[in-house]
Amino acid sequence: MSERDKNAAVKRNSPAREIWRRFKKNKAAMLGLGIFSVMVLLAVFADVICDYDTQVIAQDVANRLKAPSPDHWFGTDAYGRDIFARVVHGARISIIIGLAATVGSVCISGILGSIAGYYGGRIDNAIMRVLDTFLAIPGELLAMAIVASLGPSMTNLLIAVTIARIPPFTRVIRSSILTVIDQDYIESAIASGARDSYIIVKHILPNAMGPIIIQATMGVGRMILTAAGMSFIGMGVQPPLPEWGSMLAEGRDFMRYSPYITLFPGLAIILTSLALNLLGDGLRDALDPKLKN
Amino acid sequence: MGKYVIKRLLLLIPILLGVSFIIFTIMNMIPGDVASLVLGDNAPLSARQELTRELGLDKPFWLRYVDYVWNAVHGNFGLSYRTRTPVFTEIFSRFPTTMKLAAGAMLLSVAIGVPLGILSAVKQYSALDVINSVTAMFFSSIPAFWLGLLSILLFALKLGWLPSNGADTMKSFILPIVTLALPGAAEILRLTRSTMLEVIRQDYIRTARAKGASSMVVIWKHALKNALLPVITVAGMHFGALLGGSVITESVFAMPGVGTLAIDAIRSKDTPQVMAAVLMLAALFCIIMLIVDLLYAFIDPRIRSRYSK
Repeated sequence: MSERDKNAAVKRNSPAREIWRRFKKNKAAMLGLGIFSVMVLLAVFADVICDYDTQVIAQDVANRLKAPSPDHWFGTDAYGRDIFARVVHGARISIIIGLAATVGSVCISGILGSIAGYYGGRIDNAIMRVLDTFLAIPGELLAMAIVASLGPSMTNLLIAVTIARIPPFTRVIRSSILTVIDQDYIESAIASGARDSYIIVKHILPNAMGPIIIQATMGVGRMILTAAGMSFIGMGVQPPLPEWGSMLAEGRDFMRYSPYITLFPGLAIILTSLALNLLGDGLRDALDPKLKN
Repeated sequence: MGKYVIKRLLLLIPILLGVSFIIFTIMNMIPGDVASLVLGDNAPLSARQELTRELGLDKPFWLRYVDYVWNAVHGNFGLSYRTRTPVFTEIFSRFPTTMKLAAGAMLLSVAIGVPLGILSAVKQYSALDVINSVTAMFFSSIPAFWLGLLSILLFALKLGWLPSNGADTMKSFILPIVTLALPGAAEILRLTRSTMLEVIRQDYIRTARAKGASSMVVIWKHALKNALLPVITVAGMHFGALLGGSVITESVFAMPGVGTLAIDAIRSKDTPQVMAAVLMLAALFCIIMLIVDLLYAFIDPRIRSRYSK
């Protein structure tokens, strides 16, 4: 093998490839990835699997509170709607909320955390004190007050959980930026006269990405749990939309004789957040082998 | 040390001011006319206008906020719009319930999480470790309110062993405390395991073993003390979060706690009641975090020496 080929071989082993190689070996993480992929596929093809108007929304009182059967895999709810169809379409709502709220809060926290970590001093102090104030407010109550002020709906729930997650995310991002800011290559970038925004985007963020990715992955699961909890007490997605949390609330009164109404949406929530936790754990081990015990 | 505590307590002032401003602003944005909410839509216009004036709601936002802060600084947090009683009367009557829930759940999750976490770390990769890790992973993915619903179904409705709601007897606290504690226990187990694993690889542990200390002494005396620091932080944060964050569990079990009070007050735009509840929870959270930091110094002499400088 010539010198040039060797270099090419080294180059092909990019960091992403190396991480993927380590990730693949972790069976639990692959299981998590598998489950989450199935959930995402269900969400994407929900309309193909079950028709929204006739199965998810239309009421069929003659068939109410039916136990699971070949016709209705998960049974029917108090309005005779097919629970399987509602759980499948619920995946769409929960996953959209989980992903969008995470992306939103990571973007905003990314900007705030980068500015605070990079510039330090007074700017850092000002940003962090404001966030400390938000952190002191119980997150659920803050999110509920925001939903109450904007009106309960899916979009407003999304806004509320996004805002509630910004302070903790910003802390993570800031501290992970502080770990790279002292490195020599940042100093040389500054010395070479690069613009601040260029240094942050090109040099700091890529190197500080690990903890952010892990937090974000687990964050999706958390957001789904929070959103379900808020919908459960009526401060989120409103019926008749098939959100898992609000389905649990609807099944609550029928728990004694028709427990499957609460069982299946609950299992869907657990499965999704379990998958994301496994995925996050695996990513942590793959991104930072030192952390692996 | 004393200086540090005073500094931290003084920091409470800007934080609580900030919290009050945020919540006041959000409450102000909630749609609906307070007078109509209190008196009903059918009340005569004159009565509603009078109530609006009486509550000072005809004044502009800024003026109302400044008034609120001015009164609060003088110890007057106002009357609840709904009950017309001082806001803290209601809060104090409900606080013991929330406190019992949060303290019980925190203690239980530490009591389960720490010993199992240590066992998992000491016997890494054993069957016990695998069972612990899988169970912990499972419980940290479960929404507490669903666990609550299922436990009501099983223990209250089917078996009839425990009451499903209320806060009258100690018995009625069992299900909500367990429900709140299990996800926390899972988190503490995972954390204890990983910090413990890190600590038992340190040189001083090897030295302790080399000088012939029994493994019980090494684990309980040398390793645990060092592994507990992060666990204390998380348990403290958990406690703070439980005080304000058991809203949903409180509502599942129909427990009259501060959380359900706050959420009912948010729903009916009862600004003074919400403000008082949130301010108290925020102050408590900050004080708990201060106590956690002080505990650090108590456990770790290296940190203690930093304070005295």
